[in-house]
Amino acid sequence: MIYLDYAATSWPKPPGVLEAMTDYLTVTSGSPARSAHSLSVAAGRTVQAVREDVADLFGVADPLRVIFTSGATQAINLGLHGLLEAGDQVVVSGVEHNAVMRPIRSLEQHGVGVVVARATPDGRTEPAAVAAAIEQASGAGHVRLVVANHASNVCGAIAPVGLLAALAHRAGALLLVDAAQTAGVLAIDMVADGIDLLAFTGHKGLHGPPGTGGLVLGDQVNHLDIDPLIRGGTGSRSDSEEQPGFLPDRFESGTPNGPGIAGLGAGIQWVRQRGLDAVRSHERRLHGLLLAGLGGIPGVTVHGGIAPEDAVAVVSFTVAGRTVSDVGFRLDRDHGILCRVGLHCAPAAHRALGTYPQGTLRFAPGPQTTDDDIAHALRAVAAVAAG
Amino acid sequence: MSPQYAVILFHTDAAVFRSERLLAKAGIAAAPIPTPRELSSDCGLALRVPRERADEAVACLRTARVDVASFHDLP
Repeated sequence: MIYLDYAATSWPKPPGVLEAMTDYLTVTSGSPARSAHSLSVAAGRTVQAVREDVADLFGVADPLRVIFTSGATQAINLGLHGLLEAGDQVVVSGVEHNAVMRPIRSLEQHGVGVVVARATPDGRTEPAAVAAAIEQASGAGHVRLVVANHASNVCGAIAPVGLLAALAHRAGALLLVDAAQTAGVLAIDMVADGIDLLAFTGHKGLHGPPGTGGLVLGDQVNHLDIDPLIRGGTGSRSDSEEQPGFLPDRFESGTPNGPGIAGLGAGIQWVRQRGLDAVRSHERRLHGLLLAGLGGIPGVTVHGGIAPEDAVAVVSFTVAGRTVSDVGFRLDRDHGILCRVGLHCAPAAHRALGTYPQGTLRFAPGPQTTDDDIAHALRAVAAVAAG
Repeated sequence: MSPQYAVILFHTDAAVFRSERLLAKAGIAAAPIPTPRELSSDCGLALRVPRERADEAVACLRTARVDVASFHDLP
């Protein structure tokens, strides 16, 4: 079996992830912040250690500005619903995942103005298009937020977040970056890149378990400007029925996903041991092999086809005369190739690429994919395309 | 007899564990303890530090921009 669905989730997880989760559940399993006994303290230390790992990974000085969530989707919802009010204007890139677009469309129905920046036909987000969208949105009111997908989950295109941050800040807006495809793959420095809010998931490039992720707040963001998504017990200020204002408790009601967070910590350690440069270099090579190989198969069209230095290793393609579901099924059944087909929860990106509504097949290799795996997958695509 | 320990109070246990790590790096032994109820109901945990290093510990935490709620001598 060859797993080429890292853009959906990484597999297999590093052994240390399971060990850390097992340790949490069998040894450390107190409730962080709820009690003061030794198991609760041990659990709290584990959660805090991972909070610090995340802060370090993204260049944030204060780890308490890392808010753990169930994943990138919840983190994005926290940022969007927490910040935007009726009358605010928001600019989004033209390749956003539905994790962004669905809450954005819901907010639009409640009076938030939305302008979508036009993507290029190969799925890239260009600063000029975002600047034009900001100018258009400014005509309707204050632009509160610019939202950018750090890398497309359909074609892999990397957005120039530093330039987008400058544009957002010039307009008096904050920049929210969806790093679902880039955390653990690309170096991210929130300060250097000018990112105000960073949503990440734990189960893709960071190799942790599902149910983990977070929203990281830049120093310049006033957390009191963000309404919590949920309210409830935090273990702190228990004499009050009002939600606390301090971080991270303001946004972390309910018992945290301790075993998941412990597993995320092990995933981050695994990435650190490999090194981000090594991870990126490996994926760039595999990406290049895929582009070259798919481009040479009769009947195969690569959509986007952005060079590996400007994209993460996510390649979308179609086979002439065949539905993506049929090709995907044959790749799995006959060749043991696991990939994702369809619209990848990103209809906007597919519209930009001209692959809406039929969708594409998506190959997304990862750190544990080998050159031989790619060669095998290419032979399988050729066989299915010919058959 | 002068107190042996001081206790540093925080709003959240995340700050307790953050501070424990920062103080360990500074060579100051700090131990999470249940917050004395007579001092606060903010957070169930507080940090106990040697009294003679309490001022240094609080200064270290404030330099690191940790929000210290208060600190007290432990009787």
